[in-house]
Amino acid sequence: MSDLIRLTAAELAARVADGSVSAVEVTEAHLARVDAVDEKVHAFLHVDREGALAQARAVDDRRAAGEPLGPLAGVPLALKDIFTTEGVPTTAGSRILEGWIPPYDATVTRRLKEAGVVILGKTNMDEFAMGSSTENSAYGPTGNPWDLTRVPGGSGGGSSAALAAFQAPLAIGTDTGGSVRQPAAVTGTVGVKPTYGGVSRYGMIAFSSSLDQAGPCARTVLDAALLHEVIGGHDPLDSTSIDAPVPPVVEAARNGTARGLRVGVIREFGGEGFQDGVMRRFGEAVELLTTLGAEVTEVSCPSFESALAAYYLIAPSECSSNLARFDAMRYGLRIGDDGARAADEVTSLTREAGFGAEVKRRIMLGTYALSSGYYDAYYGSAQKARTLVVRDFARAFSQVDVLVAPTTPTTAFAIGERADDPMAMYRADLCTIPVSLAGNAALSLPCGLAPEDGLPVGLQIIAPAMADDRLYRVGAAVETAFAARWGHSLLEEAPAL
Amino acid sequence: MTVIDLVSYEDALASYDPVMGLEVHVELGTQTKMFCGCATTLGAEPNTQTCPTCLGLPGALPVVNATAVESAVRIGLALNCEIAEWCRFARKNYFYPDMPKNFQTSQYDEPIAFNGHLDVQLEDGEVFRVGIERAHMEEDTGKSTHIGGATGRIHGASHSLLDYNRAGIPLIEIVTKPITGAGARAPEIARAYVAELRELIRALGVSEARMEMGQMRCDVNLSLRPHGREAFGTRSETKNVNSLRSVERAVRFEVKRHAAVLGDGGVIVQETRHFHEENGTTTSGRVKEEAEDYRYFPEPDLVPVAPEKEWVERLRAGLPELPLVRRTRLREEWGVSAHEMQSALNAGAVELIVATVDAGADQAAARKWWMGELARRANELGVEPAALPITPAQVARVAALVAEGALNDKLARQVIEGVLAGEGAPDEVVEKRGLRIVSDEGALGRAVDEAIAANAAVADKIRGGKTAAAGALVGAVMKATRGQADAARARQLILERLGVTE
Repeated sequence: MSDLIRLTAAELAARVADGSVSAVEVTEAHLARVDAVDEKVHAFLHVDREGALAQARAVDDRRAAGEPLGPLAGVPLALKDIFTTEGVPTTAGSRILEGWIPPYDATVTRRLKEAGVVILGKTNMDEFAMGSSTENSAYGPTGNPWDLTRVPGGSGGGSSAALAAFQAPLAIGTDTGGSVRQPAAVTGTVGVKPTYGGVSRYGMIAFSSSLDQAGPCARTVLDAALLHEVIGGHDPLDSTSIDAPVPPVVEAARNGTARGLRVGVIREFGGEGFQDGVMRRFGEAVELLTTLGAEVTEVSCPSFESALAAYYLIAPSECSSNLARFDAMRYGLRIGDDGARAADEVTSLTREAGFGAEVKRRIMLGTYALSSGYYDAYYGSAQKARTLVVRDFARAFSQVDVLVAPTTPTTAFAIGERADDPMAMYRADLCTIPVSLAGNAALSLPCGLAPEDGLPVGLQIIAPAMADDRLYRVGAAVETAFAARWGHSLLEEAPAL
Repeated sequence: MTVIDLVSYEDALASYDPVMGLEVHVELGTQTKMFCGCATTLGAEPNTQTCPTCLGLPGALPVVNATAVESAVRIGLALNCEIAEWCRFARKNYFYPDMPKNFQTSQYDEPIAFNGHLDVQLEDGEVFRVGIERAHMEEDTGKSTHIGGATGRIHGASHSLLDYNRAGIPLIEIVTKPITGAGARAPEIARAYVAELRELIRALGVSEARMEMGQMRCDVNLSLRPHGREAFGTRSETKNVNSLRSVERAVRFEVKRHAAVLGDGGVIVQETRHFHEENGTTTSGRVKEEAEDYRYFPEPDLVPVAPEKEWVERLRAGLPELPLVRRTRLREEWGVSAHEMQSALNAGAVELIVATVDAGADQAAARKWWMGELARRANELGVEPAALPITPAQVARVAALVAEGALNDKLARQVIEGVLAGEGAPDEVVEKRGLRIVSDEGALGRAVDEAIAANAAVADKIRGGKTAAAGALVGAVMKATRGQADAARARQLILERLGVTE
């Protein structure tokens, strides 16, 4: 295995910048790794070899010409297949978009390109980001590099698996209810859901517009921060984008500390449904924070009990409307257009064939929840519950600086284990959903392996909106302390592929 | 289709009071679309004014057009509405191939403007106040052209062509409160309301509001209730009634139809109806047995619109003189009756007359041309006078030529005809067609001499003091000069030649 693929993004960028390695060499090393392992992992839906090498050459040319390079120039990245990429297929994991070549770049895509980041390809995901295991992809599941018979989480399982399998040092995910944080937790990587509005949604295929948020994925807290800074910031093409500077995330990641920090442990997360080993590692992480000088208290957020239910009304409601555009008229799959059938029949046949079971389930749930006569009871009540969640966070953050919780109730489950039990699948996002509903920021980083199965456990750190830098400051401190305790990073314990 | 024997309008009104609700959509004349930067130029090649957002491509997002919001607030203010301090867009969900996202971004229970009124003046000068329920912002759909069917409707078509240039054009929908108490004048009030609204929109400069171009479209809701009853009857909703005359006719027809159905002991079905320009009738469209469920919910892709009070007050202070006030002032200045003013308004000619006066014409001449010859021509062509290929400045020039005696009315009409035919400006037409009045003494004198010589008996009578007979000789001169003579000067010369004075 080439050493290059084990380096962090920060290290790779430094080497490209000082000329000790070229961006093309870095890219070729990662493409070779993809060739070697992706048949097993299936992190990628599409590898853009030519595009990646062209971008790498452009970075090398800029360096040769003496032009300044950005902090991530020449670093390879795995992009979740939910972002539009001009000229490169984009499916969102759905059959209904098979063959669609977008005519435009998402803002995230554009910012990555402008920063000289090398996009290796598009990663697998649950169809339209609906799922917690990547099994809902129309193009087959992704394996967890820790145990290929287990899921890598979802919906962004492809992005996190690519990191854990050393196919890329950076990835982009999107988090609607936990789709960045939960895959990060179960693959032993770092994933951040920025404050809602912190990263542009333009060109990110919508699942639930009021919840969707793109975020950085990496193997280290600093790498995530560097990526966060590249993709974050105001975008006039997204009305919900926050018109304020990106919080100083890189500075925070470089100066990790928990000293004097008030940390709240969310009482509601624990007990039934939580794996013992997960709670044990989480407890150790809390103790670690104390030894790092944090002041830990317990905080109650009673409304979180109803967060999962509220989420499963709001997200399907919005998705039922967002996915209405997939009607076979303008792009993507078209079934049954034999010249005799009316447009609505072609639309029905296409949607029948093009959408998977989970997507259909959510479209139906959402359509029902928004229907006249049911709106108040379902969508309306869910919005009220959402308001209560926001208030619980506000109250908690009046007492503490950050909140902590396990990222997921369990470690990675087996492929197929929850496929027929949607409720069990939905519970994987129990601890991540409240943050999505409230729109504030959270980060997941590894806090050890569960003793019973030897699989990674994630620690979730939660900050108020626009205080994303706090995540990195605490996260970097915890990461450093754990590395010192373990003598290496957690991923080094992952089995060879 | 059931055939109904309509009752007469008078009989209908003898038993029932009509209740109307008018919904008018106005396309704003903004440079760019409601939620993206695409151009809004009319008549562009299909699908050339589109982008990921207005095509509803995966991932694309809307951003609100600030000018459209400003226009909506100004319309609201001009309609005496309250302006929302905070309001949201909402998604109206339904499937149609010409709607790119399969939801229309509109406003639902939080319109930008609400609770206002518009005073409209009727032919006899009476002012009727129409309550405004709300004015809200939304986006237009694309346009479907159904090919292969006989009627141009989707029924019987083999396929349809989709043009998304119109998709995302900003619309303001203005909805009246139920209009009660109109009685027999309901059709006239409906028409006057739409006409007044059109003037208002134009005065604000937010749209050209040309109904024949689809820039302003009207839906007519109508129900009847027996005299003395409080509760409204079931309404019909006649869609896309797209001229002032059609608005009036649609109301009148629906009053007669409802009365006939109710009089027979039948029930009115809540449905949408199509209006037919050719015979002024309506036919059943889609039955709304189950009210269509649009599953409205707040648009999560757009932040709320929160017009600041100060800004709203600045817009209020900057409103132009409103049309009814302006017409009242002009009526006094011009010294015309309410009826004449109303005719000018109905003809869509008020602003053209004002512009013609501003270009130097006498107000009487300006009114005469726009309300006479030009109104007639516009009517023949089925367009509004403003759409005629002649400018107020050109009309003023024609009026000036008449005033200085270079043209008489008959020649002036020919000049206007030439301008409309694209022959150039008035002076060019005069030149090319050789229309200048024959007032040159030599040519006119010869024509007069010939007329006297050819009509000796008449000439004798005139010599004998019957100056009234001079008219016959003037007629002969005019005939000989093909109407180009200055009639008054010809008469003077005839009398001079024959040695008589009046």
